[in-house]
Amino acid sequence: MFAELGHLAVVIAFAIAILQSIVPMIGASRGYAGWMDSATPAAIAQFLAILFAFAMLTISFVTSDFSVKLVASNSHSLKPMLYKVSGVWGNHEGSMLLWILILAFYGALVAFFGAKLPIVLRARVLSIQAMIGVAFLAFLLFTSNPFERLEFPPIDGNDLNPLLQDPGLAFHPPFLYLGYVGLSMTFSFAVAALIQGSVDAAWARWVRPWALLAWITLTIGIALGSWWAYYELGWGGWWFWDPVENASFMPWLISVALLHSAIVVEKRETLKSWTVLLAILGFSFSLIGTFIVRSGVITSVHAFANDPERGVFILAILTVAIGGALTLYAVRSNALRSNSAFSVVSRESGLVLNNLLLVVATMVVFIGTIWPLVAELVMGRKLSVGAPFFDLAFTPFMIVLAIALPMGAILPWKRAKFRKSTKPLMGTLVLSLAIGLLIWSLQTGGRMMAPIGLALAAWVILGALVDLGTRTRIRQVGISAGLRRLRNLPRADMGKTVAHIGMGLTIFGIAAITAWEAEDIRVANIGERFDVSGYTFQFDGVEKQNGKNYTADVGAISAFVDDKFIAVLKPEKRFYPVQRMPTTEAGIHSRLHRDLYVALGDQQGDGWTVRTYVKPFAVWIWIGSMVMALGGILSMTDRRLRIATSQRKAT
Amino acid sequence: MLRMILCLLFLGGAAFAVEPDEVLSDPVLEERAREVSKDLRCLVCRNENIDSSNAGIAKDLRILVRERLTAGDSNDQVIDFVVDRYGEFVLLKPRVSFQNILLWAAGPFLLLIGGIIGWRFSNNKKRTEPEDLSPDEAARLKDILDQ
Repeated sequence: MFAELGHLAVVIAFAIAILQSIVPMIGASRGYAGWMDSATPAAIAQFLAILFAFAMLTISFVTSDFSVKLVASNSHSLKPMLYKVSGVWGNHEGSMLLWILILAFYGALVAFFGAKLPIVLRARVLSIQAMIGVAFLAFLLFTSNPFERLEFPPIDGNDLNPLLQDPGLAFHPPFLYLGYVGLSMTFSFAVAALIQGSVDAAWARWVRPWALLAWITLTIGIALGSWWAYYELGWGGWWFWDPVENASFMPWLISVALLHSAIVVEKRETLKSWTVLLAILGFSFSLIGTFIVRSGVITSVHAFANDPERGVFILAILTVAIGGALTLYAVRSNALRSNSAFSVVSRESGLVLNNLLLVVATMVVFIGTIWPLVAELVMGRKLSVGAPFFDLAFTPFMIVLAIALPMGAILPWKRAKFRKSTKPLMGTLVLSLAIGLLIWSLQTGGRMMAPIGLALAAWVILGALVDLGTRTRIRQVGISAGLRRLRNLPRADMGKTVAHIGMGLTIFGIAAITAWEAEDIRVANIGERFDVSGYTFQFDGVEKQNGKNYTADVGAISAFVDDKFIAVLKPEKRFYPVQRMPTTEAGIHSRLHRDLYVALGDQQGDGWTVRTYVKPFAVWIWIGSMVMALGGILSMTDRRLRIATSQRKAT
Repeated sequence: MLRMILCLLFLGGAAFAVEPDEVLSDPVLEERAREVSKDLRCLVCRNENIDSSNAGIAKDLRILVRERLTAGDSNDQVIDFVVDRYGEFVLLKPRVSFQNILLWAAGPFLLLIGGIIGWRFSNNKKRTEPEDLSPDEAARLKDILDQ
């Protein structure tokens, strides 16, 4: 019953989306106000229909209705409730429905809060948003129906992949989709701007919150995924340059570029057509990511469905969306001329450099990701492109970006004297170089990652603080007046500082863990003690435990420093009988200055294989990511972005 | 990051890689073995290096690498040795060769092109510089500011 209602709701949403994509668009070109206005109720109705369908699917999962094929193959009656719910999107069909739900949700947000938008722009944006909806609803209905019934329901389900039964991974996909799909909003705004042939500061102001929202959620989603890999896969890697990671990383990089170029459009009315192009590119990479994940063309384990039919369908959506938008861009972008000039030394140029580095870095990731495919199709050669390539080809761009960041951020708009403007950074420069040199001279062995990375981190973080200091003129006006000025700074400026500090912290974490990690691999007997990098570990043994839907070997390893007890680490090896699959859970003791990380291996005679790591400053990778996201949130609460809603309240 | 799932699915057992009995007693040699291993792919896994895989072939390759290193090969010689037997598919970092020129040159090339375009854009004198305020406008501005 629930499944049929859900299916019906999707069909209704599909019909609404078709109307919503046609009627307002015609209305906008003919000037029929009523036709344009129809977009608003349509967007809200479409969202409600899909929300209803999603609720129906969730009910099927929660009540373990195994007559629904999707539930039978992805759930189990014994599974904890959290994973029954997250099982809804832990598979191809359900995650597609979530994707569409978020797409419609954003459309409804524009309909609901967009009262201040020019009516023509709003009609076109919602129409384009609905076109994307039509494409994906068709994909869902014709190739990936989540509501399919089984003629003979099994007694119990097939269970969710145990690796996905994890709190970090339960929320990883929704955040990623909020980000991917958030870029559909900036895409719709960009295409609408191309159709109407004008981009102005108001347009940039409307696009910016969407770009920010997409970026914030992508940041959180990627960080959750990387954190999960860190504690789940058993050796503490946190980034693998896997095709599917790249699929989320490319839109992230483009959204960073878009955020920055939208500022230039808003403040200086230049870089207009470039910003529109970035908005198109951002969603294009979202679609490419969807294609990579779901077509199985570039093999990766995320691949939900190695189904050629689905792959071809998504390829068709991708071709029409990207091809259509880029064609429109080629025809209309001349209308978006930017008139205000700026000199080579200026904030604008700094942001152009930022965009250049980010976009080229994205292209490097893109080419690296598809190269094995290209090589096989074009040259008939089988080859691999993995982490060592990306580390080498991608990292230099980020290093240059980090070097340029504090200087670009402190330059005034339009025209600047380089020496004069960057003078406040002299102290930071000297200090950062000193930190780098100090670490270089202290460390034995030749890894340059630590001195370079830490000098860069100091440069970015201190540079952001110095920028804030000059904005508040704290040195001239004194502490208390400076703090008062700090409170009065626009939130966007605070957001900028916080986000840049977050980036510095992440650089710090990455450099430290890469350069200073210590490892120990051994077969440990019960009672055995061993030292790793200043810490002593004692293997206390392994006991069997039973979880709700798994059994586990749980190891106990006590950690000491200078004979002082710190903690017992409990690494687990779990076995999920339904899927007959083992997983590992590392035992981790986290502190700001280091993680103690232990993973349990196989039993070998009387002992067990134990891998022990001391990972200095590991948590800063994720703290930095969260600080970046926080900066984005601060920026979103800026007064000028809220102004439309506050005006509405006033009337 | 989930690419290991398949390895896990097919092979059973946790993602447990370098085994204690494989580790060389000479720490310098072991360090070099790790360096070499990073560039070599576990052939049956998805994009995973031999160090972090517990597939049988990865173990064989790890032992092979260590044998060659112990026998006195340089890192490059070890890699050449493995590539001769398993083909370039085994390399996670494709060689800088004519066939891979696009892959390796894309970054620097795009940076150069983009840099030239960006430079010309910011140096473009043709775009009209907003002119200084006319005396009328200046007077009006003064009025507004004085209010």
